[in-house]
Amino acid sequence: MSVAEIYKTMSYGPAPEQSDFVLVWLEQHRDGFRLFINGEWADAHSSEIIATTNPATGEPLGQFPNADEADVNRAVEAGLSAHASWAKLSGHERAKYLYALARLVQKNSRFLAVLETLDNGKPIRETRDIDVPLVARHFYHHAGWAQLLDQEFPDHTSLGVVGQIIPWNFPLLMLAWKIAPALAAGNTVVLKPAEYTSLTALYFAELCQEAGLPPGVVNIITGEGATGEHIVRHKDISKIAFTGSTEVGRLIRQKTAGTGKKLSLELGGKSPFVVFSDADLDSAVEGLVDAIWLNQGEVCCAGSRLLVEESIAEAFVEKIKTRLNKFRIGDPLDKAIDMGAIVHPSQCAQIEKRVAQGVAEGATKWQPDIPLPEKGNFYPPTILTGVEPAYRVAQEEIFGPVLTVTTFRTEKEAVALANNTRYGLASSIWSDNINRALNTASQVKAGIVWVNTTNQFDAACGFGGYRESGFGREGAKHGLYEYLKPKKEWQSDKNPIIAAVEPHAGVSSDEIDHTAKHYIGGKQARPDGGRTLQVLGHKGQHMGRVGHGNRKDIRNAVEAAFKAESWSTTSAHNRAQILYYIGENLSSRTEEFSTRLVKLTGATKAAAKKEIAQSINRLFTYAAWADKFDGAVHGAPIRGYTFSVHEPMGVLGIVCPDNNPLLSFISLLAPALAMGNRTVIVPSERYPLLATDFYQVLETSDVPAGALNLVTGLRDELAKVLAEHDQVDALWYHGTAEGSQIVEEASISNLKRTWVNKGQARDWLSAQGEGQAFLRQATQVKTIWLPYGN
Amino acid sequence: MSRETTRDNIIALDPHSDDTPKRNMGAPITFDNLDAIRINRSATERRIATLAGRRSVKKEWQAAWLLKAISCIDLTTLAGDDTPGRVERLCAKARHPVRSDILEALGMNQAGITTGAVCVYHEMVPIAVEALKGSGIPVAAVSTGFPAGLSPFITRLEEIKASVEAGANEIDIVISRRHVLLEDWSALHDEIADFREACGEAHLKTILATGELGSLTSVAKASMVCMHAGADFIKTSTGMEGVNATLPVSLVMTRCIRDYYQRTGQQVGFKPAGGIGDAKTALAYLILIKEELGDDWLSPHLFRFGASRLLNDIERQLEHFVTGHYSATHRHPMG
Repeated sequence: MSVAEIYKTMSYGPAPEQSDFVLVWLEQHRDGFRLFINGEWADAHSSEIIATTNPATGEPLGQFPNADEADVNRAVEAGLSAHASWAKLSGHERAKYLYALARLVQKNSRFLAVLETLDNGKPIRETRDIDVPLVARHFYHHAGWAQLLDQEFPDHTSLGVVGQIIPWNFPLLMLAWKIAPALAAGNTVVLKPAEYTSLTALYFAELCQEAGLPPGVVNIITGEGATGEHIVRHKDISKIAFTGSTEVGRLIRQKTAGTGKKLSLELGGKSPFVVFSDADLDSAVEGLVDAIWLNQGEVCCAGSRLLVEESIAEAFVEKIKTRLNKFRIGDPLDKAIDMGAIVHPSQCAQIEKRVAQGVAEGATKWQPDIPLPEKGNFYPPTILTGVEPAYRVAQEEIFGPVLTVTTFRTEKEAVALANNTRYGLASSIWSDNINRALNTASQVKAGIVWVNTTNQFDAACGFGGYRESGFGREGAKHGLYEYLKPKKEWQSDKNPIIAAVEPHAGVSSDEIDHTAKHYIGGKQARPDGGRTLQVLGHKGQHMGRVGHGNRKDIRNAVEAAFKAESWSTTSAHNRAQILYYIGENLSSRTEEFSTRLVKLTGATKAAAKKEIAQSINRLFTYAAWADKFDGAVHGAPIRGYTFSVHEPMGVLGIVCPDNNPLLSFISLLAPALAMGNRTVIVPSERYPLLATDFYQVLETSDVPAGALNLVTGLRDELAKVLAEHDQVDALWYHGTAEGSQIVEEASISNLKRTWVNKGQARDWLSAQGEGQAFLRQATQVKTIWLPYGN
Repeated sequence: MSRETTRDNIIALDPHSDDTPKRNMGAPITFDNLDAIRINRSATERRIATLAGRRSVKKEWQAAWLLKAISCIDLTTLAGDDTPGRVERLCAKARHPVRSDILEALGMNQAGITTGAVCVYHEMVPIAVEALKGSGIPVAAVSTGFPAGLSPFITRLEEIKASVEAGANEIDIVISRRHVLLEDWSALHDEIADFREACGEAHLKTILATGELGSLTSVAKASMVCMHAGADFIKTSTGMEGVNATLPVSLVMTRCIRDYYQRTGQQVGFKPAGGIGDAKTALAYLILIKEELGDDWLSPHLFRFGASRLLNDIERQLEHFVTGHYSATHRHPMG
């Protein structure tokens, strides 16, 4: 086109990013990539090959092995033999390697951006301005954590070999989010990139070589789902970190249940984008562009559900349409486009199917009248208006450039709609009224809240979700805990379960026969099934009876806990006062409880007194913590505050062990209550009477109804019901190894956070029985981004 | 911007009309509605930060866009030591902003490329009018006690009339910043309406001096009041404030223009001024205008740069496009 013609039309022309230097590299690997094992390029045992193509053109880019079990075994072996010396390195030594990787990413930033765009189809603007800078930032940040590890985590140690499985939507960024913290903490890694987008991971392996990373510290294995499964199942892998679909997350939860593997899952989302009438609407439109039309909407935290105040809905949707009519879709390497290609034809088909389904349900589809390239996997930005929460399209993740629009009337309704989802990854709230914005931010159930902004990320700020969006955080100090374990947590030679004994008819209790009920909603409640269990003392003597709790008792207890929301919102000071009060009341019953402990457990009087003293001590500890387990303000690169708060999990199930039956019970309930959880507690199966005696302490201590509910019965039977209950947000289990597995398996459907003892015992009398680990398990981190400026 | 906008009275952007736009006649305004205006600075800045990565013009496109930028320059001299000779030199440059061999190489020597206007103080108006006779290039006069705007109201009105009398086609007035800072919107509205009346046939460009208004929200409110009072252009700055034209301020003002257009059907022009010194920044402004307002506004009728240094940098970029060599300042005639 001539200058004169352009002068007249003022059109945009092509603005391609140079890619020849990347094509040369791909050409060098035309015969196929190999696996990166033990610091070397290794031929795969598997003869299967995966080919990868450019989604914008369909042209082949390269091929690599579909690694099999033997390949995975070799990689894990390499990781295992590298672990000891890698973990032994000083933090500073590891920091130097991570720093080198950060520098290498920066020095190769253009190469990585172009390669990522070729492989994934996302615009070069994004890989260049978002993905790659965040990758470098993540390695820098974690070089820092490596440096500070001994100071900041003196009681923790690395896990071993970590298996990491990452998705195709941010291939290199997810690699960085996985590898950087794992290495900083002293672990070695076996990482499987997604089969659609493995190229930047393979190039990263070259950078590991260039950085002189010791062999076996990072191993990169290409392959499909089956390869991932071999990693997940491998016995020598200590932890699985996964980012991807909720469906695959469930499978991984299932395969790892009972294996003792640590697990972090960053899964799907259906994140709300809430626009109030007092928002800067033009800016909110741009926010939406960044929320749902970033990376073609193939983003787990995409703001895919627009919730807009009814009074401005029509005008706001018009503004979105005006904006979308200016959209440019095309060659992802072009520097003047808004959206590139969908990663794979199958994903395109999936998006189309979901949109058609939404239309069939009653939504109105709108797409801008803009040109799409003739070749390649492209899908236009799409708005579905008139979407009701009852439509599937409002509930299920589309993972494409599709926005659903739903209106609300009030702030309260906005929050209700925002939380009306199984997911809880992110949210974006738009209002220029700080009261409204922060009030809403505090009530949205999501791991990330962006106020008047969206899709901002930083290594210093935790990322991760609530509910079925997974558990664990990536980035910040929270993220490091996912790759560490306490040096001393369990007593491997002790059993938390005290074996049942034969009833001993000859010895009878000298007390009046007593049958304890459950304690639900602040009242003693008869067991639903009308059945009881005999409680025997350590010698088999009859000590009384307790309710034999069943599913319905758990249901009632959870219902009561769910309703007791005020416990979660009351001030930390109030919660502390009540914990102190419980301690005070327990103290005045020391004699009664110690007598009970002696008779039930056979403990000496001195030991019993010590257990009670320690119980009171522990109540004081968590009363102290109630207003001190603070969040943090993070050093995010924005003008504004990015802060994280510790929110209670919500309804927390606790299944208690038998050892130190009073102290273990107190040690578990106190941190849970201190952090604002409403609890459903199954006390020691063997010695439940300590807990049922405790009712009177509770009743005199102003514990609000429903904050603490007790159901006695058979441990694993009730644990399973709690694990399966969708309204229970987290579950702590102290019982057998088998019971731990039951809990992990039963949590698959709702992916609740579980904390199990794997059959091991804690020394409740020592420091093992308390601490911040309990508080972290009692809370979830919500990170709130709050840019400011007027 | 404002929650008032409803579908019934929205007018589509990009009408692609070839006609010279009609003058803005103003529109009735309810000052209470200004309270609904919200501008979020961080989000506004983020749009600007990402826009630079979303659009890019290269090669022929860049050359054509830079020529367009030239056609939108109000070539300006506003110095105490301006003389007839200085102004005549500037006017000659306005007529011939680019060396003819470069234009020839671009195939644009017949396109009649001139700057958008020449902008001077009142005393220099007759000189400029004379020097530009027959060129079709309008003369703009800064007025109303420029740059502070604190001379007696009556003399400010007289100043406008005198400049119009002297042949100025456009009057760049400064608003009374205190009306914005004190939120006395009716005073601002009346002032602009009076200025407009004093302009007669001359076009009224209202300088908001955005760097002195305290917040982006105030910029938006002042923009709305000026347009409703009949401003033909809204302009960011005098060039004399601590902070002059910026892209975020320009984004806010262009969105106001869009809003006003969608409600009234009247197109108001936009002029960023001060601190726009290089071709790259000029392109960023043109992209902003194209994205937020549409192609209609990519014309000197509706868009101007207030600049003095910008032209030389554009000339060097154009020569670079033609020759493939980086160019030098001295190769381009002074203005």
